[in-house]
Amino acid sequence: MKRGLQGNEQEDGGGTSGGCQKTLKRSRKQRREKDLEDEEVRWECLPQEILLHVFQYLPLLDRAFASQVCRGWNEAFHMPELWRCFEFELNQPASSYLKATHPDLIKQIIKRHSDHLQYVSFKVDSSRESAEAACDILSQLVNCSLKTLGLISTARPSFMEMPKSHFISALTVVFVNSKSLSSLKIDDTPVDDPSLKVLVANNSDTLKLLKMSSCPHVSPAGILCVADQCHGLRELALNYHLLSDELLIALSSEKHVHLEHLRIDVVSENPGQQFHTIKKSSWDAMKRHSPKFNLVMYFYLYEDEFGPFFRDEIPVTHLYFGRSVSKDVLGRVGLNCPRLVELVVCANGLRPLDEELIRIAQRCTQLSAIGLGECEVSCSAFVEFVKMCGDRLTQLSIMEEVLVPDHRYGLDDIHWEVSKHLGRVWFPDMMPTW
Amino acid sequence: MSPPGSQHKNKMALNSIHWFRKGLRLHDNPALREAVQGASTVRCVYFLDPWFAGSSNVGVNRWRFLLQCLEDLDASLRKLNSRLFVIRGQPANVFPRLFKEWKISRLTFEYDSEPFGKERDAAIKKLAMEAGVEVIVKISHTLYDLDKIIELNGGQPPLTYKRFQTLISRLDPPEMPVEMLTDTLMGHCVTPVLEDHGDKYGVPSLEELGFDTEGLPSAVWPGGETEALTRIERHLERKAWVANFERPRMNANSLLASPTGLSPYLRFGCLSCRLFYFKLTDLYRKVKKNSSPPLSLYGQLLWREFFYTAATNNPRFDKMEGNPICVRIPWDKNPEALAKWAEAKTGFPWIDAIMTQLRQEGWIHHLARHAVACFLTRGDLWISWEEGMKVFEELLLDADWSVNAGSWMWLSCSSFFQQFFHCYCPVGFGRRTDPNGDFIRRYLPVLRGFPAKFIYDPWNAPESVQAAAKCIIGVHYPKPMVHHAEASRLNIERMKQIYQQLSRYRGLGTRSENMKLTSSSVVFSARSVGEPRSNRKWQTDRPQRRWTAASAPAAAWYMTPQLPVWTEVRFTV
Repeated sequence: MKRGLQGNEQEDGGGTSGGCQKTLKRSRKQRREKDLEDEEVRWECLPQEILLHVFQYLPLLDRAFASQVCRGWNEAFHMPELWRCFEFELNQPASSYLKATHPDLIKQIIKRHSDHLQYVSFKVDSSRESAEAACDILSQLVNCSLKTLGLISTARPSFMEMPKSHFISALTVVFVNSKSLSSLKIDDTPVDDPSLKVLVANNSDTLKLLKMSSCPHVSPAGILCVADQCHGLRELALNYHLLSDELLIALSSEKHVHLEHLRIDVVSENPGQQFHTIKKSSWDAMKRHSPKFNLVMYFYLYEDEFGPFFRDEIPVTHLYFGRSVSKDVLGRVGLNCPRLVELVVCANGLRPLDEELIRIAQRCTQLSAIGLGECEVSCSAFVEFVKMCGDRLTQLSIMEEVLVPDHRYGLDDIHWEVSKHLGRVWFPDMMPTW
Repeated sequence: MSPPGSQHKNKMALNSIHWFRKGLRLHDNPALREAVQGASTVRCVYFLDPWFAGSSNVGVNRWRFLLQCLEDLDASLRKLNSRLFVIRGQPANVFPRLFKEWKISRLTFEYDSEPFGKERDAAIKKLAMEAGVEVIVKISHTLYDLDKIIELNGGQPPLTYKRFQTLISRLDPPEMPVEMLTDTLMGHCVTPVLEDHGDKYGVPSLEELGFDTEGLPSAVWPGGETEALTRIERHLERKAWVANFERPRMNANSLLASPTGLSPYLRFGCLSCRLFYFKLTDLYRKVKKNSSPPLSLYGQLLWREFFYTAATNNPRFDKMEGNPICVRIPWDKNPEALAKWAEAKTGFPWIDAIMTQLRQEGWIHHLARHAVACFLTRGDLWISWEEGMKVFEELLLDADWSVNAGSWMWLSCSSFFQQFFHCYCPVGFGRRTDPNGDFIRRYLPVLRGFPAKFIYDPWNAPESVQAAAKCIIGVHYPKPMVHHAEASRLNIERMKQIYQQLSRYRGLGTRSENMKLTSSSVVFSARSVGEPRSNRKWQTDRPQRRWTAASAPAAAWYMTPQLPVWTEVRFTV
């Protein structure tokens, strides 16, 4: 294994075990003759703190190689500081192209380092075995005092395919033992109200971040319990069906810290689904309590399901429309979202969005990022939009087909106009057309 | 390249071989002209390994197209009292024998920029040198010398199309196409043809290659240079008539195979890209009475060129693992889902109709490609783009290694700094393109009875409508294999995770394991986009590049991916 020898000698992670030998081959005479400064470094004598510092720069595999060099380095490899963070990758060859964390390494970690783990995540592929393996490891983290736990499915949500009780009991082990959980990421898992109660009972003082989109077994009451007890909660992600006026009020109570980030996924299960409304007063309470909070909303709805939304002013800052959204709704967005910072529209019916965009430029004075997919905007209206926003638009991602040439601008010259108003070189996003 | 010993040979007859691989044409073929120039005899060869044909991942439409190209070449060569020699076997095995048997002193071929091609050609050049054969290679499959583009970009291929266009505009225009090979140009050069030429060196039939041609419908895209040259005239006529050189708006008709479509002919080299380029330029100048045509006029040609350039020095261009420009995405391995997509059984009529057209005819519109590629990869099924690429390789007439792999990486947002927020809806996108659903009815006759309202999502049609259409969903036509809203929601989330992790590695060097999982979030919106950043190691140990103000494009990163539109504060758990 070669390492580039550059600059600071101490950063050189050594090399093969032959490396130490080389330095010893110099003759005694030569060594005596050299200055103190030129004395060759005895790698095996490096203080542990320095080794630790060096090792922290190495990826795990290289660190593992280094640990084979000598006993001293092996001890350094096992220092607790190097085992605070770990990401378990659990993949099966039948369902993933990526390699999994070696089972022996996992055993070692559980045996020697489970006390040291503080920031842990599990990345699982779409197989049930991987999810179950993750839960098996979780169940063994009895002596852990985790600060962060992330359960991440990298493909299909395999945590949903394992027996719910197995999952819940594994998760409960962590909730009960950690007592200092600060960040918890459990999207697409079968977590339920009772387990949330356990979470709250043990970690209410420390919980700051909770990400639980698409957890179908949780009810609004369950999440309300979290909001009521965990007054330090700063970041929350959940689905719209869990959002209620009571929840917003709870998050705006005096005891509660300022909320920094609230993410809501609005997903349609079946066409024609009805969604409840949130009162304007609840949003106002949130705004008063946490004036700077980011409200991020992802919409995956059919066009005719937007009825309850954007009827009143709503303090949303980041809006993502994953499916086709009508002109009408975008018009309402312009009217009712004064705090809007970012807008992404995947698709729209093929009628020009000229008026709607202009209105958004006028009324959403904080808008700095916009993305348009299958939409249509006339070139003139687009230039007008950019002119009105000016250089506050740091992200302008428009697919080429969106822009419809008109009498004033063609496709070949529009990017100059837009670049002028933006103050930087800009081109629309292109797709291959071979 | 004149190896020692060739002096002696020049005093004797100069026998040359022109080796056809792509470039299956007699017009604009500078290498072929070199073969003929001052030669006593010339033999045009094409290698075909029938054994390989059976086991290769190439479908019947592509073989048929190729064989038609070879037949056409043979016919054109006959008019010049020559013939095409289709050699059964592999070049490395057969060339040494041919050099001896035919007393060859010159070998010519068109330059192949693909990594595998370069390796093969290097080996053949070595063989030729050992046999005292002069080798002449000419560039004519691409508009430009790709190595020059790479050199102009500091030794790396451009990874954004805009950057590519900028570089192109700084180069000299492409070389003019050379004349078609004629009797006059042949001069005294002849081709010795034996009695048994047909048996030994004739173009094989599909049956000989092991294909069952019973019931095979006639080719919608007939192969060959003659067809290509007819088409290009039609193509230009239509452009002139419309007097509109802008990209045509997409409509229902665009989805169907056009008699002026040129992409398969460009891929096989039946049509010279340089000829196309210059004809477009001439026509534009005539109609618009203008001096300089915009780069967008050559869009089709430049995209092809872009991918060739990106691929030429990257032998792993068609893979995710070990490919320095490809993001490692945790795709799902799911052979059943892949099969449903490949066999047009997804339950989404829009996707299935496109895949049916692809299998039957060998060509689909580029927006149709976007739709099915997105569905397979980052949109719905979360299956690896390499799998989709293999299916296209089998079925798509104009898919060659560089362009196919590059496009799949592009469409799956695995490279080239693509924004991934936009997902093509397998219902909505089709409906917007062809509201009446005629395309669906044409390729999926089982759905003919459905009204336009339900033809894109027949599972939502009431039972009475399904009964009237004589097609019950779940019985006569599959139910949809995924719930699109849910699938796309999940997948967008996955893509975000991946890109967030990548951007987090920026500035952390090799500390990829030591992710500090705290709740203090990285606020992307604090940075302003468009400034060159200090590039840190991303995936592999590539040397760092410095941007100069003149060379920096709008997205001024090299290896680090551009952040997607989402400036929202996210969780760094």
